Amino acid sequence: MTNAIEVKKLSKHYKELKAVDEIDLLVEEGAIFGLLGPNGAGKTTLISMLVTMRRPSFGTATVNGFDIRENPGKVRESIGIVFQDQSLDDELTALENLEMHASLYNVPKKERKKRIRELTELVGLEKNLKTIVKTFSGGMKRRLEIARGLLHHPKVLFLDEPTLGLDPQTRAGIWQYIKKLNKEKEVTIVLTTHYMDEADSVCSKIAIIDQGKIIALGSPKSLKNKLGGDVVSIECEKADLCQQELEKIPWVKKAIKHDDSVDARVEKGEKKIPKILAMASKKGIKVNSVNLRKPSLDDVFIHYTGKTIREQEANSLDAMRVRRKIWRHRR
Amino acid sequence: MNKELESVYALWKRELIRFYRSKSRVIGSLGMPFFFLTILGTGMNSIFTVPNGGNYLEFIAPGIIGMVLMFGSMFSGIIVIVDRQFGFLKETLVAPVSRTSIVLGKALGGATTALVQGIIIMVIASFLGVNFQIANIALLLLFMLMISVMFVSLGIAIASKMEDMHGFQIIMNFLIMPLFFLSGALFPLSTAPELLRTASMLDPLTYGVQGLRFILLGYSDIPFALCFAVITGFTIAFIAIAVYAFNRIEE
Ligand SMILES: Nc1ncnc2c1ncn2[C@@H]1O[C@H](COP(=O)(O)OP(=O)(O)O)[C@@H](O)[C@H]1O
Ligand SMILES: [Mg+2]
Repeated sequence: MTNAIEVKKLSKHYKELKAVDEIDLLVEEGAIFGLLGPNGAGKTTLISMLVTMRRPSFGTATVNGFDIRENPGKVRESIGIVFQDQSLDDELTALENLEMHASLYNVPKKERKKRIRELTELVGLEKNLKTIVKTFSGGMKRRLEIARGLLHHPKVLFLDEPTLGLDPQTRAGIWQYIKKLNKEKEVTIVLTTHYMDEADSVCSKIAIIDQGKIIALGSPKSLKNKLGGDVVSIECEKADLCQQELEKIPWVKKAIKHDDSVDARVEKGEKKIPKILAMASKKGIKVNSVNLRKPSLDDVFIHYTGKTIREQEANSLDAMRVRRKIWRHRR
Repeated sequence: MNKELESVYALWKRELIRFYRSKSRVIGSLGMPFFFLTILGTGMNSIFTVPNGGNYLEFIAPGIIGMVLMFGSMFSGIIVIVDRQFGFLKETLVAPVSRTSIVLGKALGGATTALVQGIIIMVIASFLGVNFQIANIALLLLFMLMISVMFVSLGIAIASKMEDMHGFQIIMNFLIMPLFFLSGALFPLSTAPELLRTASMLDPLTYGVQGLRFILLGYSDIPFALCFAVITGFTIAFIAIAVYAFNRIEE
């Protein structure tokens, strides 16, 4: 199998901050590749460099065989992108937005009508072509952006947080489109998301990024298997104490506290629950509930980053605001 | 090349569509020049004496047209800031087209909308009784378009450096008034004090107003050929500055 993307020691520094730090990465053709990581991990920066929006500080990458430094024009022709933040012209209709894109990407005139019809049907917007985008819901805008990103038949489609801020039903719909696209159009897809369960069901391969570095790589299944065993999740008071005590037990591989719970990774979880409860009552820790499960991608994420993505997400709006401010000041 | 041209065309068309959809805003922006024409033009008629013996309303009409062209085109540079704030800028920056084409598309689009506004105010002036004697309509339109491209490029250059619309508006208001009053739109340069006249010679709009007055009325303080040459020079220079400034936008 050939690679759609080859990243070689790619770095982006903002002053002292290494937003992307010597990343090496291969994305196979036809993959649905997920970049997961907490806010500020460097996902958007990495994608920005791959789509030639930002210049790397060091290193380089090829996309569809074209070097992002040497041949940005060719890279741009061969990719589509849906940015993290909205990038439509609100005052134009959906059709006008699509036609403009077709002009900018030199889509053959004869094909335009057909492709626009086909793609808007794919994302379920064929009845809204003449509507001004300003009146669209968030989900409709997202779907329009996805259709737009595909209009020039890119070989790789980048999707930066395609479902952030959308309701669950819309999110499910969008993932459905993405999977369909990947299958029917044979488009390689690189995406970032906050929703672990969705990444799990959609992505063929996942890279977990933290502080500009890739800290885990593999298929969702292999990542979960690597953790092994079971996860016993204990919702309790004095969670800090509970976590410390669990860490002391030899057969607990790892205990991580989040919210009001502690997740303990153990083998044969069903046999360990009574022992854990005994420990808790000895230390005077009041346990509210216990839950046993196989490791999910959430647990993989916690294992490698020490945090749940939900904790990250709670700060995400703030983080975005701060980032925007920094960006403004810099200019 | 063909590809770049089509992109320029698409971006030009976009400006026109947006312009068309904001008709009420456009009508509002024609209010001030309308009052200049009606109140100043008729009210000051008896006070001012005009070189060729024409009336004052007629004298200022080309100046007011020049003002509309400048207003309309400079403010249309704000599209750069709007696009950045609403994200559309990224869509254009990541497209496989040169940034020069993007600037040209925006500049031609903004200039065309300014031209339309200029023509509207010209028609209004005719209705108010100004008797234009247009010898060469193609030359008139070309000249009006050049004035507009010149100022829209200046607007784009400034907008590329600005963080938000507020700052842009402040700078525009700071620039537009002196440029307008120095341009000889409201008084003859020939009888103006020396200092004022020198300052006027540095104002690009002066050459626009004088050139327009020549095409529309047949007289001016500065020879038309000189006006045309200076406007050409400024237009090229401002486009170059706009491309340079736009090229330096990151993200
Ligand atoms: N233009 C910029 N200037 C300075 N720092 C930036 C800029 N863009 C992003 N950063 C910083 O780089 C880090 C990575 O950001 P980003 O790539 O947006 O992360 P993610 O998309 O994973 O949330 C963050 O710490 C962010 O604040
Ligand atoms: Mg991001």
